[in-house]
Parts: sequence; C-alpha cells; structure tokens
Amino acid sequence: MRNIWTIAKREYDHYFISPIAYVVAFMMLLTVGVIFAINVYYYIQNAFQNFGGAPDISAVTGAFGFLLVLTIPALTMRLLADEARMGTLELLLTAPVRDFELVAGKWLGGMLFILSVLAVTLIFPIILNGIVIGKFTLLSPLVTPGIDRQLMLSSYLGVILVAAAFLALGVGISAIFTNQIAAFFVTLSVLVLLWWLIGFPAQVVQGGAGEVFNYLSMQSHFYDAFNSGSVKLTDIVYFVSLIALGLFTGTTAVEVRRWR
Amino acid sequence: MIQVNGLTKDYGARRAIDDLTFDAEQGEIVGFLGPNGAGKTTTMRILTGYMPPTEGTATVAGYDIVEESLEVRKRVGYLPETVPLYNDMTALEYLKFMADLRKIPDSEERAYETLERVNLEERANSYIGNFSKGMRQRIGLAQALIHRPEVLILDEPTIGLDPAQVVEMRHVIREIGKDRTVLLSTHILSEAQNICDRVLIINKGKIVAEDTPENLQSRLAGSQRVVLRVRGETDELATKVGKVKGTRDVEAKPDGSVEFEFTAGQDVRPQVAKAVIQAGFDLLEMRPVGLSLEEIFLELTRDNTNADSKKAG
Repeated sequence: MRNIWTIAKREYDHYFISPIAYVVAFMMLLTVGVIFAINVYYYIQNAFQNFGGAPDISAVTGAFGFLLVLTIPALTMRLLADEARMGTLELLLTAPVRDFELVAGKWLGGMLFILSVLAVTLIFPIILNGIVIGKFTLLSPLVTPGIDRQLMLSSYLGVILVAAAFLALGVGISAIFTNQIAAFFVTLSVLVLLWWLIGFPAQVVQGGAGEVFNYLSMQSHFYDAFNSGSVKLTDIVYFVSLIALGLFTGTTAVEVRRWR
Repeated sequence: MIQVNGLTKDYGARRAIDDLTFDAEQGEIVGFLGPNGAGKTTTMRILTGYMPPTEGTATVAGYDIVEESLEVRKRVGYLPETVPLYNDMTALEYLKFMADLRKIPDSEERAYETLERVNLEERANSYIGNFSKGMRQRIGLAQALIHRPEVLILDEPTIGLDPAQVVEMRHVIREIGKDRTVLLSTHILSEAQNICDRVLIINKGKIVAEDTPENLQSRLAGSQRVVLRVRGETDELATKVGKVKGTRDVEAKPDGSVEFEFTAGQDVRPQVAKAVIQAGFDLLEMRPVGLSLEEIFLELTRDNTNADSKKAG
C-alpha cells in the first residue's frame, strides 16, 4: 500500500510541472465556468416560473463528466508508456514493488490530480447557494442549503466515479504501449465508445442485446443516475467494474512486458 | 550470494543466454566480460527480477529469483545500462523517491548521504535533466546503493565516462566490493583486469572462460612473447638470445628488432638482458607484445565465431 502512495505522490507532483496538466485544468475550469455562468443567468431569468424546483449544479458536474472524455487520455497517455520509452520502467520493475502497486499508484496519482481540479469547481455550488439564500459562506451548501443538496452530492460522486473509471482504462491502455500518442488515441477511442457510440445500438437494437448495450453505455449510469440525484448499487457496480478492468489490464500488460 | 544454475533465456526463436552456470561469493567482485549482444544484460535483468528465465534457476542472497522475486529485489541494487532517471526531478527528489519505494525510514536523510557518497551533494537540488553523462552515471549508482544492498549488479558502469570519472567510478566500486557482492558487466578488458576478483568471459550466451584475471592471462597465454631492440647486428643478437636457456622461437625482424618467447611463469628476461649486455650490445628496449587479456579475449570469441560460421557453411 505504501508503494502505491509513493508512486501516486510522484505522479501527482509530476502533473504540476507538466504543461499538459495545466492546459487540461484550465480548459476544464474555463468551460465549466462558462456553463455555470449561463446557468445562473437562466435561473435568474426563470426564477418566477421555476415552481418548487431548487436550483442545482448538475449542469456543472454534467459538463465536467463530458470533458473528462476528452481530457483523461491526455492525462494518462504518458503514465506507463513514457516509463517504458525512457527505460525507467526497468527501475520500477526491479524495485520491490508489485506490478499491481505500480499500476494502482499511477492511477491514484491521476485521480488525485482530477480531484484537485474538481475541488476548484466547488466554488460553483457555493456561489449558487449564496445567490439563492443571499449569504456567502464556505459550507453554506451543506449547512443552510438553498440548492438541492442531495443532487449536489450524488452528482459529485458520479463525476468522481466517471473520472476513476476513465483513468483506470487510460492507465491500462498506457501500459500496453511504448508510444504516448498511440496510448492517447486508443484511450480516446475507448472512452468515446463507452460514452457515446455504444448508446446508438442501445437505442436501435431490441430485446436482450439492447439491454446489454444500454448497460454498457456510461451516459445511462451517469446522466440518468448520479447526475439526476439517484445513487443506485447497479450504477456503482458498473463503475467499480470498469476501474477493476482498467487496473487489471494494466497489471497484465506490465507482466506481459516482463515475459517478452 | 549469487548462484546461477543452467540459466537459459529465449527471445522467440533466438537464444540469448544458453545454460549459464556460475556463482559469486560475498565480498567478491565478479566481472562479466563479453562483446555487445553476448547476453550480459539479459543475465543481469533475470537476476534483478526484471524478467523471468526460460529455463534454469538462480538464487540471489538465498532467495529464488522467480519464486521470491520481491525478496531478491529488496536485496539487490541494480544500475541498468541506460541509466533510468527522471529528468524532471532534482537529484535529491529522485533519490528520496527511490528510498521511499524501498521503504527506508528517514528517506531524505539517506538520499543526501548517498549523494555525498557519489560526490554529488553540491548538485542535490539541480534537475537531473541538466546533468552530464558522468553525473547521470553517478546518480544511477547512488540509486543502486541507496538501500545498502547485499548484492550490487552494475551493467556497464563506466560506459560513456571520461578517463578521470572512470578511475573514480572504479574506486567507488572497489570500495563497495569490499563487503558486498558485485556483479558488473563490461566489454573493456582492462577494466575487468583492474577491478574484478574473477572474470567470466561470455560469448553468444555461453561462458567460454572463468578465472581470476591473472590466471586467465597465464592459463590462456601459454607463453609470453617479447620484443628486443638493440644498437647493432640483429642476426648476431638472435643467436646470442637463442643460447639463453628458456627462450623459444627467436626471430630477427627486418625492422632491426629481435623477438622471442618464453613459457609464462618462467620469466627469462633478466637472463636475456644480461646476455645482451655481456655480448656488448646497447639494450634500447625490451617489451612484451600481443598477450594482453584483450587478445586472449579476441582469440576466445573469434574461435567461437569461426566454429559457428563453419557449422553454418
């Protein structure tokens, strides 16, 4: 366990000296910020028609989740591929570190980075709650909620699970390749498939196969679940399965590397 | 400390190492000598737990390299041929990271101590990306030493260093080798001669010779050839030299020198020198030729190549 933490910490530190991480963070926060501003404007415009419904920040988390499809591949592409290219993988594979610890450490490092970016977006619920109750304090969304508190918590949990699943898949794919660019495009393809493409056959195909496609589609487990305020075990199982699949792929790929 | 038994590794159809058997004791510096592609790196990678062997077994510090890989890795320090460094880290950060991976308490302190050991303490906070080749090699060595391992495996530790750095690196290795087992690979023979207690000559994945550098020299070089240069008539000199007991194959060369051989270990050079002076010649030069470890090595490896090409033909 300590090894996972050591590797995660080094990866996390690395993100803060890499321009890609700053570009990713900037792009995500800017986009989410603009969407938030538009939403606030919309709420104020419709304040009198919006009977009963409390304003929420699912638009922010929804956009954040969508942006992860585009940005996670950039964050994960170098994680193991670059170690292989630079020869530093030899260092890690001859250190007393299990292959799984290496892969999990890389994943956790990426996770900590995404959580840091996500933490910045917490100002949006604080601002929104402040607008609603007319008072701006740090914990106001939780203590004196003017917005839908349960929806806020489930949306954030959903985004965290999406990020965790995407990062695990990205790390797994990065372990297969020595070339970062190859890792980037393969990860992007897999995420686009899970997020969008698989939704089309889910709509068209009838019966059992359609159900399977529908279960595989991530949108149905995020937008229709966490981001709508519902926390269900089936959805959690879906994300945990993807995390396990990604980390397992990564560990196996590292082991296969040893045998070559 | 290191026991290798019938180690074999295939890369697809190509056999990289073939039935290697050797051992190394504590406090011994063993040199792995061979041309590029002989299988030195492959053997080292297997011993450090980087990859499993196709066949055969090996134990390092008493642990099986396949079954107890993690225990082996805890006890081995390894400097790969391409020094694995993170250019975006400072020397101290890098060593602290390695110390943390090896679960050393007070990792920062240990990192600094190890930097001192390889004389890099002044560059502790410089980025590795700006380091020279020699400094990179030294920080690579520091990484291998940080957990004070029982066994040190160094793949071409002096490659790419300038002469002063080579001397310094050899000094450091000899220091470490006093109480630890060191296995190092090199294709520079003088290096093996200089640092190693024992040399394994490996070619095409097989051990072709194994002994101390001195024994190897005398065993394989059955005789020693000497060039003699004097002022005066060489034919007459050749006769005089031929009369000294123990000389063989005396030959007067057209360039005005005389060559002769004697059996290794039975040095007749003092007698020859005396005879030359007594005969009234002015002795200008007397030096051994063509019997360095270099040539023995070339001889050994060339024989194999010839044998192989004959087989192929």
